[in-house]
Amino acid sequence: MNVVVCVKQIPDPASPGALDPATNTLKREGKLILDESDSYGVEMALQLVGTAGSGEVSLVSMAPNGEVSGLRTALAMGAAKAVLVSDPALQGSDALTTARVLAKAIERLGGADLIITATESTDGYTGTVPEQIAAFLDLPAVTFAKHVVVDGSSLKVKRQTEAGYDDVECPLPAVISVTAGVVEPRYPSFKGIMAAKSKPVDTVTAADLGLSADQVGWAGSGQKVVAVKAAEARAAGEVIEDDGEGYLKVVAFLESLKVI
Amino acid sequence: MSLSTIWVYADAAADKPLTITLELLAKARTLGASSVEAFCGGDATALAATLGAHGAAKVHHVGDLGGQLPGPAVAAAMAAAIGAGAAPDLIMFGMTYEGRDIAARLSVKLGKTVLTNSTDVRVDGDEVVAQTAIFGGNTLVDTAFVGAGPHLAMFRPKSFAAEEGGAAGGELLAVAVPELGAAGAARIIERHVEASSGPKLDEANVVVSGGRGLGEAAKYSMIEDLAKLLKAAPGASRAIVDAGWVPYSYQVGQTGKVVKPTVYIAAGISGATQHMVGMKGSKNIIAINKDKEAPIFGIADLGIVGDVHKVLPKLIEALQARS
Ligand SMILES: Cc1cc2nc3c(=O)[nH]c(=O)nc-3n(C[C@H](O)[C@H](O)[C@H](O)COP(=O)(O)OP(=O)(O)OC[C@H]3O[C@@H](n4cnc5c(N)ncnc54)[C@H](O)[C@@H]3O)c2cc1C
Ligand SMILES: Nc1ncnc2c1ncn2[C@@H]1O[C@H](COP(=O)(O)O)[C@@H](O)[C@H]1O
Repeated sequence: MNVVVCVKQIPDPASPGALDPATNTLKREGKLILDESDSYGVEMALQLVGTAGSGEVSLVSMAPNGEVSGLRTALAMGAAKAVLVSDPALQGSDALTTARVLAKAIERLGGADLIITATESTDGYTGTVPEQIAAFLDLPAVTFAKHVVVDGSSLKVKRQTEAGYDDVECPLPAVISVTAGVVEPRYPSFKGIMAAKSKPVDTVTAADLGLSADQVGWAGSGQKVVAVKAAEARAAGEVIEDDGEGYLKVVAFLESLKVI
Repeated sequence: MSLSTIWVYADAAADKPLTITLELLAKARTLGASSVEAFCGGDATALAATLGAHGAAKVHHVGDLGGQLPGPAVAAAMAAAIGAGAAPDLIMFGMTYEGRDIAARLSVKLGKTVLTNSTDVRVDGDEVVAQTAIFGGNTLVDTAFVGAGPHLAMFRPKSFAAEEGGAAGGELLAVAVPELGAAGAARIIERHVEASSGPKLDEANVVVSGGRGLGEAAKYSMIEDLAKLLKAAPGASRAIVDAGWVPYSYQVGQTGKVVKPTVYIAAGISGATQHMVGMKGSKNIIAINKDKEAPIFGIADLGIVGDVHKVLPKLIEALQARS
């Protein structure tokens, strides 16, 4: 069973995000790391291939400046190879273009039985890329999967819903997006980190994937930023150290609001 | 430019439109369009009257999908109607499970971008501009659609207030779902509804939320006891949902529910940006946390720097004594 995992490489969430004043898009220079949301997808893929007993896990990622550090982490977890799409022409791409590019990269790998993404990326969180990839590849998709089992050539998924969850069945090949906490991601072993250094990363441009300049980047994004401004911040109120009577302050506050 | 037609995708559960759908209809009515219409991803016979009362002149529906997932089916039905000449200028979706999938499928069929996580929308000259808040809601970005419609925009819950109004309508119109092929092969086998007692989280007047600071799953009972006493809805941070202490439906935040109650009590929650975007709109926020540097104190109206295992039991006791 061959599983392809979409892994996004993002600026470290611990460092505060900033907008590039020239383009009004998120600044992405500096070291990028594996989006933690996608570590669940990689782990899920490794477990499914392990259970199937044959096949491998491959990765696709779209990131600037030939960035591979996030990919190396996923390769160190046990993925076999990766396709990285890195091209200055892709700067300013919207989610639709990102999905178009990733679908082409998945087709370039070929032979995917299952494609796994996370439900949303940490820095973009549009939540639309998974289903857009499925649409470009004309595949069924089950998003917000919180439990996945492969049964022969079909998939049994528990899908999160407004009211609880649905049991969904879907033939392979298919796309799924997985929620955090669906599996416990493994830490890369020292051996894995060493092996990852020599695993193949096929780096390609938009043109290599048959995409022309006007289809990607700013030209292809169909949107333009017209204004950026600070939101009015919410003022902090009274903060007190609990001396054992702190609960009385809460009771008094609830009373003042006529909630009790 | 004034908008001709706006479609609002109508999310529903248990034969009732979701609140987000009513919020979007209320906003759609203010944009000066000639017609505001709802587009439903199932059998909308039981919804038409409510949707009409909230401003939907017409209610297009695809009928019972028989276990198909709405993503491919509704997007194909929308694309077919648009192809047949009934193109709206703007289609508004909520950031919901089905809203995301349908907007995503439709964006590929039409080759149109989707502006997601929007918190406002306006017509500016001949441009439609959507606003979103980034960096935990501290920076507002206005983005205009480029080119012709239909423009696809998705909105965060609680961006607008739901209220009845607009010309009475709700005319029910059946829409055919074209043949989907492989893309439509997934099937819902069984639906599971997780019972939740007390008021609904995204409609409750008071919300009491717990986080990893509670220390263990058993201690979540303090949150439930306090919620009962305050006729409140219990909520949670993602940390304890992922840890399996409470169901996903309790989660407040960017990927969970957005709430705007009169009072939000956060116990043992640090106040990560992804949590705060789901509750910083509450009228009054009370935070209990042992770390005085916890970000949640930055937006709390009353902050108690202390141990939840000491403060909550005394608070519960005091409220029990009163009732
Ligand atoms: C893409 C994405 C989406 C996300 N969506 C959401 C979302 O929708 N909702 C959400 O909540 N999170 C979301 N998160 C996760 C978020 O980033 C935080 O990880 C999470 O909110 C932290 O939960 P917490 O505050 O319970 O835990 P922690 O951050 O671990 O905070 C625990 C707090 O408890 C305090 N504490 C510990 N012991 C005690 C005690 N005895 N008494 C009092 N206080 C104590 C600590 O000081 C600390 O401040 C998302 C993350 C990503 C990447
Ligand atoms: N640039 C990218 N490279 C690889 N995977 C991506 C990229 N952007 C999005 N994805 C995948 O799509 C999921 C949803 O992303 P988003 O639609 O941005 O919320 C992410 O969690 C990733 O799995």
